[in-house]
Amino acid sequence: MNLAKNETKSAKKTKNKTTDSKTQNGFLKEIRKNYQLWLMILPGFLVILIFNYIPMYGLQLAFRRFVPTEGITGGEFVGMQYFNQFFDSRMFSTLMINTIRISATTMVVGFIAPVLLALLINQIKHKRAKSIMQTTVYLPHFISIVVMVGMLTVFLSPQSGILNHFADMLGFPRRDFLGSTRFFVPTYVISEIWQRAGWNSIIYLAALSNVDPQLYESARMDGANRWQLVRHVEIPSLVPTMIILFILNMGGILNAGFEKIFLMQNPLNLPVAEVISTYVYKIGIIQNQFSYATAIGLFNTLINFGFLLLANYISKKVAKTSLF
Amino acid sequence: MMTAIKKYFSKTSTADILFDFLVAVLSLMVFIIIAYPIYFVIIASVSDSRLVTRGLVTLFPRGFSLYGYEQIFQDTRIWIGYMNTMIYTIGGTFINLLVTLPAAYALSRKDMRGRNFLTFFFAFTMFFNGGIIPTYLLFRDLGLIDSRWVFVIPTALNVFNLIIARTFFEHSIPNSLYEAAELDGCTHFQFFLKVALPLSKALISVIGLYYLVQHWNNFFTGLIFIRDYSKQPLQIVLRDILISNQAFQGGAGAGGGDIGGYAQQYAEQIKYAVIIVSTLPILAVYPFLQKYFEKGVMIGSIKG
Repeated sequence: MNLAKNETKSAKKTKNKTTDSKTQNGFLKEIRKNYQLWLMILPGFLVILIFNYIPMYGLQLAFRRFVPTEGITGGEFVGMQYFNQFFDSRMFSTLMINTIRISATTMVVGFIAPVLLALLINQIKHKRAKSIMQTTVYLPHFISIVVMVGMLTVFLSPQSGILNHFADMLGFPRRDFLGSTRFFVPTYVISEIWQRAGWNSIIYLAALSNVDPQLYESARMDGANRWQLVRHVEIPSLVPTMIILFILNMGGILNAGFEKIFLMQNPLNLPVAEVISTYVYKIGIIQNQFSYATAIGLFNTLINFGFLLLANYISKKVAKTSLF
Repeated sequence: MMTAIKKYFSKTSTADILFDFLVAVLSLMVFIIIAYPIYFVIIASVSDSRLVTRGLVTLFPRGFSLYGYEQIFQDTRIWIGYMNTMIYTIGGTFINLLVTLPAAYALSRKDMRGRNFLTFFFAFTMFFNGGIIPTYLLFRDLGLIDSRWVFVIPTALNVFNLIIARTFFEHSIPNSLYEAAELDGCTHFQFFLKVALPLSKALISVIGLYYLVQHWNNFFTGLIFIRDYSKQPLQIVLRDILISNQAFQGGAGAGGGDIGGYAQQYAEQIKYAVIIVSTLPILAVYPFLQKYFEKGVMIGSIKG
């Protein structure tokens, strides 16, 4: 009920704000004319305004000392103090290295795998085999992250895990994949590919199914074999989609998946497994250092946003394709 | 059959035969890599756990046993989590559709001024956000900590799904159709309910499925915003059993087992069974909706 009150309050606020702007008359006329459309969009608008934009307003906490009784905006302004504290802290370089290592590896491998998978699936001419293949590779996407990490813990257990039994059979040493600094990142990345490559290949398969059949025919007439069809017809047709997805991925350069990493963490792998997002959680939610954690989070968001703009700019110049 | 094979070899160049062979081998490899872990969980969940932990169950179940499932049925934690997740998923998806579909329809209408601004207003949140701490503090002020509403209200609109739906309406429900209906006195409300929605079954299935899965698999919300264990969703309970190894060691959420817990081998079998039981509902709806996936991604990929 608390919530409902707040919603109406901020609804009023936004109405005032928008009508204050210079397009006052036009806007009112528009509302009157299309009031049904505006009513339809209102709930969604409020949800985003309250739960996404108000927290953005709350980012100023990164520059203020948090005082519980004063709320987000009441604390004393301290400028860059919390950012400097982070840059000077012992954790800074560790967190940066860990985060970039995990997200960059995931990005590169995770970007290529779906393309290759789509190309492979597209070559299967037997209809039924193709559909079985598609059903199977999409499936892991629906497994929850908790279950995924749960599967990793049982499969990779040094004593009883099936993978170590297989390794043993083939003459490799048993390893504690989750409890080591050496295998944490490969385990994370490979399991991520296992789970997502199929689902992410759908968009490329869709692009491949849109290739003009005439293109295949004329290539065939010129005597192209199947390899050459892939190389000169199919791969070029995927490039525009790849560029868009690349830009989108760049926006997450420092977004190593919080939930999965958090669930995979243990004291043994923590030196390589602590990333910015998990650290923000521990500092902020667990230790209640709200201002400091907000500053670290904001730093993360800004770097991501910067990379997104950069990738968008470069691709606009070079490939003439862009997100905005 | 034989003639077909003969025809294939006589008509196909050596390079293409090699190509087909390579495709077959690679496809089979990918298939096994993806399917085997899932298959293994299934056979391990119904096998004798001593054989599983010693690595003797690889291709078929051995020493048939439903011990893991029997234990799960006695564990109240799982059923409370199941019930909670059920409520959050059904209620949440319903609210999601209630909020997303009308908003997307409105955004898709060309006669609505300000739609470019609104699209930007929504899309911007995909790339920039306030982060976890300001969000947490806001939710605390709104009284959402330890409230069941936190699972359905803040996530009532997913911008990605909104854009998929908007693009769908733009392409499948053209403005001219509305203009024709408008001449007969049809309003946007009526048009949306009587024309747009009945024509959008594929779309509703796709984004309904996306929302459904998102709610079912939601772990984050419970972790950050819920302290009261009786309100925790299934994924938090799963974390405790699968990863934190609190499998039936008495203590939290009784009903489970003996004090001191079961031997490692039994805990493992329970884990396999828990994976199956918790993923089953999603796998049950999967085949029915699979035909819509590609459509959904196609709709979403048309740049808007």
